[in-house]
Amino acid sequence: MSEAFAAPDPKELRDHQIGGPELTARLARTWGTKRGLIGALSTVDHKIIGRRYIITAFLFLFLAGLAAVAMRLQLARPESRLIGPDLYNQLFTMHGTTMMFLFAVPVMEAFAVYLVPLMVGTRNIAFPRLNAFSYYVYLFGGLLIWVAFMLNIGADIGWFGYVPLSGPEFSPGKRADIWAQMITFTEVSALAVAVEIVVTVLKQRAPGMTLDRIPLFVWSVFVTSFLIIFAMPAVMIASTFLILDRLIGTHFFNPAEGGDALLWQHLFWFFGHPEVYIIFLPATGMVSAIITTFSRRKTFGYLALVLSLIATGFLSFGLWVHHMFTTGLPQLGASFFTASSMMIAIPNGIQIFCWIATLWDGRPVFRTPLLFVLGFFFIFVAGGLSGLMLASVPLDTQVHDTYFVVAHFHYVLIGGAVFPLLGAVYYWYPKIVGRLMSERIGCWHFWLAFIGFNLAFFPMHITGLMGMPRRVYTYQPEMGWDNLNLLSSVGALIFFFSFVVFLWNTITSARSGSLSGDNPWDAGTLEWATSSPPPPQNFDRIPVVTNREPLWAEREMLPVAAGLSVENRELIVSTVSEARADLREASPEPSIWPLLAAIATGITFISSIFTPWAVVWGSCIVGVMLIGWFWPKGSKEDEE
Amino acid sequence: MKHRPVLDVSELPTYAFGARSPMWWGTLGFCVLEGTGFALAVGAYLYLAFLNPQWPLSASPPDLIWASLLTAVLLVSVIPNYLAKKYAEAEDLPKTQIYLIVVLVLGLAAIGLRFLEFDRLHVKWDQNAYGSSLWALLGLHMAHIITDVADTAVLLVLMFTRHAHGKRFSDVGDNAFYWNFVVLSWLPIYALLYWGPRL
Repeated sequence: MSEAFAAPDPKELRDHQIGGPELTARLARTWGTKRGLIGALSTVDHKIIGRRYIITAFLFLFLAGLAAVAMRLQLARPESRLIGPDLYNQLFTMHGTTMMFLFAVPVMEAFAVYLVPLMVGTRNIAFPRLNAFSYYVYLFGGLLIWVAFMLNIGADIGWFGYVPLSGPEFSPGKRADIWAQMITFTEVSALAVAVEIVVTVLKQRAPGMTLDRIPLFVWSVFVTSFLIIFAMPAVMIASTFLILDRLIGTHFFNPAEGGDALLWQHLFWFFGHPEVYIIFLPATGMVSAIITTFSRRKTFGYLALVLSLIATGFLSFGLWVHHMFTTGLPQLGASFFTASSMMIAIPNGIQIFCWIATLWDGRPVFRTPLLFVLGFFFIFVAGGLSGLMLASVPLDTQVHDTYFVVAHFHYVLIGGAVFPLLGAVYYWYPKIVGRLMSERIGCWHFWLAFIGFNLAFFPMHITGLMGMPRRVYTYQPEMGWDNLNLLSSVGALIFFFSFVVFLWNTITSARSGSLSGDNPWDAGTLEWATSSPPPPQNFDRIPVVTNREPLWAEREMLPVAAGLSVENRELIVSTVSEARADLREASPEPSIWPLLAAIATGITFISSIFTPWAVVWGSCIVGVMLIGWFWPKGSKEDEE
Repeated sequence: MKHRPVLDVSELPTYAFGARSPMWWGTLGFCVLEGTGFALAVGAYLYLAFLNPQWPLSASPPDLIWASLLTAVLLVSVIPNYLAKKYAEAEDLPKTQIYLIVVLVLGLAAIGLRFLEFDRLHVKWDQNAYGSSLWALLGLHMAHIITDVADTAVLLVLMFTRHAHGKRFSDVGDNAFYWNFVVLSWLPIYALLYWGPRL
């Protein structure tokens, strides 16, 4: 295979010719984002975009949390007249949809966007303009569904939008269309980020970071990205079929014309079950990072943990039918999915034991991030146990669509993903902001969250077993569900209050938290080798990795690669498995075109709700924007 | 932290072809996820076919002639596509331009044939679930043909400007890779939609 051996330009300043603050300042100029609005909107810095992603995802968390509080207030007593059935339908749909599509998946990808380039020791994410585009598309999708909700056209079909309820016959109007298009927005964005992460991990690792030296968090989001690539097309196909049924009269889900309602459920859950692991696997990566750092020893069973991640990824595609046990599927099929639902407990169990062993053999330091990880153990294991019960068909049939299921998945999702995520915020906040969060408020936050969560969701196991169905806007006093519901509502308020405390902590610590320095936790991975917050170039020189915990192995001097340009954006492209330095490739400059392309995409998607022709003329506008995006502008990167 | 240089990267090349280039992996990533989309749409078609006692539903399958011509055009296009890539890797601009033109013309012919066929299908998308899934698969694949033809057109224009050097040759290789995916993904769809009902 041929290649271009371009001799380095002798006049170009390289990073071995200068050093110290001068190198830092010059690189920061080369890699920086311009001031002003256009500069901010044109940025391709993964840290700025990652930060925007994180903040936006947390805003959606608060909105969806408010929807939950409203529902809990309504259910606090029987026959309450606070909220009517129509608004209640919108509230539970907005809550679930926002939590799954606008918070949980994006927030995990957001942390990956921010952290992966730092952890693998490179200067920017692969395809940084696509990254900017993905953020804007995500933002527009979220705004679409929430502005619609404010205008009383909020989706009201539940977060999994089952047909026939969501079809043209039972959901006239635009509510279901807006829901389906929001899916398209968020999936485009998630798929783009997944490809970026895969390529960053495969091709941009610092020299020496062989496969067995990749940090566990990076492994976890790498595996997650594959899950996204194989699972998300299913929901895009499903939502496209739905919108076609609704807008141009196709019959995919119409049994009268040869279609089938269960086709929707198959397509949706083929995505929907891996989705749970798309949310959970990055959280396990966070747990591994936090436990390793605060145990003060290398992770026990690194290989077992990596293989567990991969095994979980594979198995997650064999579970989707356990959401459909009550649809009358053949018994053999149900048995197969019961077996695989139980089997996935094995790799997850291995992970838990590896973490316990790491803590056991280490010298644990109980700071707030580790508290949240311990909370995760307790809640997630409880959720896993009710999951094992639900894997059995007879039990699932009994409690299907009751509050038992609601309790189960909140234990798994909040315990399995949100608690590690909160721990991760406390852990990486000093890197992102440069100041530590308050430990005292952090402790309050943890205990309020832990108690509030259990108070809110544990009673739901019992209300579910007593027969209370989910998604009912009220119930009669003689059902005997009132005390437990009141307890859940009190717990939900405490849980919500814990997030207010959290918000308070993040805001006040940004101003007055103690300065963190480069590596406040004495952690071993590369993101802690640079200043906090990191400069635009991430590292003044690209680290050379000699160990799985590079900063523990090299405490005095960091081995680095030298010879990259100081005047132009250059980064090292390495080989896939051994991470040998292979190319010094140019990295894209900032550009406004990704925003313009995202606006064009937004106009196309939203207009297509009203006329199918929008797909035709909209694609032309998107095409023009993409040509503008890719057309060389004469920069060094373009003319290489 | 103090630095200890242990590696000099200043002499490394600035771009490469094939799997050494990140763009190749990015293209592969998109091929995989779009391929998954095709597989799931095919799955939906098969699911409905197995569910219904009669398939195709109250309509005869599409005529062989147009799609077979299209298949032939796509298969032939693989050769100039390969040559465009080969000469791009040798950084031979005139030959790259010529073969890109050939690929573009064949791509436009494929789009033309598809539109001719749309008028001649025996079922509309809103007639029954068979029509819906047939049109969905054809539409999905046509979107891919159009995307890559547009990409080829832009790249071809670029190759006639002052930008036609260095990394742009690597772009030709990635475009050729994607076109192969477009051709390859058509073959199972062709077999399923046109030969499946005739078995």
